[in-house]
Amino acid sequence: MKVLVAVKRAIDYNVRIQIKSDGSGVVTDGVKHSMNPFDEIAVEQAIRWKEAGVADEVVAVTIGPKASQETLRTALAFGCDRAIHVASDEEVQPLTAARVFKALAEKEEPGVFLMGKQAIDDDNNQTGQMTAALLEWPQATFASEIDMGDGSAKVTREIDAGLEVIDVDLPAVITADLRLNEPRYLKLPDIMKAKKKPLDETDLGELGVEAAAAITVSKTAPPPEREPGVMVESVDDLVGKLKDKGLL
Amino acid sequence: MSKILIVADHLDGQLNSSTARTVACAAEIGGDIDILVLADNAGPIAEAAAGLDGVSRVLTVERAENAHPLAAIYAPQIAAAAAQGEYSHVLGPNTTFGKDLMPRVAAKLGVAMVTDIAAVHGPHEFERPIYAGNAVNTVKAPDGQTLVASVRCASYGAVGAGGSAAVEALSLDAELPGHTRFVELQASSSDRPDLQTAGKVVSGGRGVGSEENFKVIYDFADKIGAAVGASRAAVDAGYVPNDMQVGQTGKIISPELYMCFGISGAIQHLAGIKDAGTIVAINKDEEAPIFEVADFGLVGDLFKVLPDLEQAVGK
Ligand SMILES: Cc1cc2nc3c(=O)[nH]c(=O)nc-3n(C[C@H](O)[C@H](O)[C@H](O)COP(=O)(O)OP(=O)(O)OC[C@H]3O[C@@H](n4cnc5c(N)ncnc54)[C@H](O)[C@@H]3O)c2cc1C
Ligand SMILES: Nc1ncnc2c1ncn2[C@@H]1O[C@H](COP(=O)(O)O)[C@@H](O)[C@H]1O
Repeated sequence: MKVLVAVKRAIDYNVRIQIKSDGSGVVTDGVKHSMNPFDEIAVEQAIRWKEAGVADEVVAVTIGPKASQETLRTALAFGCDRAIHVASDEEVQPLTAARVFKALAEKEEPGVFLMGKQAIDDDNNQTGQMTAALLEWPQATFASEIDMGDGSAKVTREIDAGLEVIDVDLPAVITADLRLNEPRYLKLPDIMKAKKKPLDETDLGELGVEAAAAITVSKTAPPPEREPGVMVESVDDLVGKLKDKGLL
Repeated sequence: MSKILIVADHLDGQLNSSTARTVACAAEIGGDIDILVLADNAGPIAEAAAGLDGVSRVLTVERAENAHPLAAIYAPQIAAAAAQGEYSHVLGPNTTFGKDLMPRVAAKLGVAMVTDIAAVHGPHEFERPIYAGNAVNTVKAPDGQTLVASVRCASYGAVGAGGSAAVEALSLDAELPGHTRFVELQASSSDRPDLQTAGKVVSGGRGVGSEENFKVIYDFADKIGAAVGASRAAVDAGYVPNDMQVGQTGKIISPELYMCFGISGAIQHLAGIKDAGTIVAINKDEEAPIFEVADFGLVGDLFKVLPDLEQAVGK
């Protein structure tokens, strides 16, 4: 089985983001970027399948500017066999990304298209579902366990009510949640090896994809600030304050 | 004028309160509000939906395939209902149900989607959080196409239940795929208040140390009638089930009182509690970032503080 895995370059999850003073967005220049954490989990899953003989080829794909090739190299260091960079200097929104992924899926014909459940920059949580819809494939979102069968997969999904298990025919889109696995640490030799692996470049035009009507952003602002709090010295003090507010 | 279709979120024949919160958001957009109930047996759910203030009609589609909320099964029906009824807006809650489903509906309709509406500026203009709520974007969706969106339920209170909308069965022309099957739901049962709607929430983190130790958290929560939540670290370590996770990738909640024990206050956790009325933090590390957002902070060992708290509350 071939596996495609979508990886997005995003501001590192440890960075405290800064908002530009003119409200035109978030400061990205000179800020540490890395692979979206959920996509790392997706890549790890694909590589585990490869190691277990479930997958025979793993292809990492990304859409973004030149710098997103770094993210593909990271995916290759995990053990992906090759990578596809869909170049776009403009930010690509989920519906357009889904159109790109549909085109790639039709070309590559994977058994599973793995993605992260959400990109932690825009927190959209849309692309996997949209890709599945456009391909008319099953979707299994928020996966915390995947049990590969013959031509189908049993997926445990983290939902508000608990854990839901569904059974989907392949090919399918599966999106990774946090507890699917713990990604490995990359070793230097793997990072070196990744530099020599094949990385193809293409773009929306070449794939015959038209960008969808976009949602425009007119302003980026800090969230409303909370009133500064106080430290209390004792449990009695705390309970007194909460009782005063009618909370206990 | 807007014509809004809301997809009802329900489980075990009960309407989830996220639906009433979504109606509150729809009321800000303004216009006619219909609720669509997809179920195998819609009766009690439709009745509850019809009672929500501001709702014009409740539309039901009862079929055996709708017994479980599978996005691949629901989405074609919702897309068909949206087209048939010429709705300007299709809204769902940002529960895992809505997160799974609404993007599939949007893609079926060929339109972009707005995730997590937190405020309404106009029929196509909204505020939504990005970067785990550390920034807020004002966004405008394209005119002249159906707007599909999820509503950030923590930003809206539930509408009242004094309404009496008409309930109508809807017949739809939608082909349903057979490629996705429901197997089972492992729901953690609890008599405690529901985490997403509770007025008070008591949470524990890695500092609690074990599944057994979590008993002190449950006991205190029961004493004050609170729901119980947790950090990702506590879930990952197996102290508590996944449905208790609060944060960017867990539940986003807005209780009046949030009390957390042994939680450091990572931005991903804070993303889930920004709308809490009063935040109380108990942590043994005075440098813990949770104290930067807490309304009341107490430095101390949670295992010493909790027994004292239980006593002091009882006084
Ligand atoms: C993509 C992504 C998404 C994430 N989503 C979420 C999410 O939705 N929700 C979430 O919570 N996290 C999330 N995280 C994880 C987050 O970054 C933190 O790792 C996590 O919140 C830490 O949990 P914690 O505070 O319980 O543990 P720690 O950070 O280890 O903190 C434990 C705290 O307990 C205190 N402590 C220890 N013993 C005691 C004691 N006896 N008495 C009092 N205090 C004590 C310590 O001083 C410390 O501050 C996410 C991370 C990523 C990368
Ligand atoms: N530009 C992109 N390049 C690669 N993968 C993407 C891109 N956008 C979205 N994805 C994938 O889709 C998932 C969900 O993204 P989102 O819908 O933006 O939250 C991510 O975790 C990625 O796996």
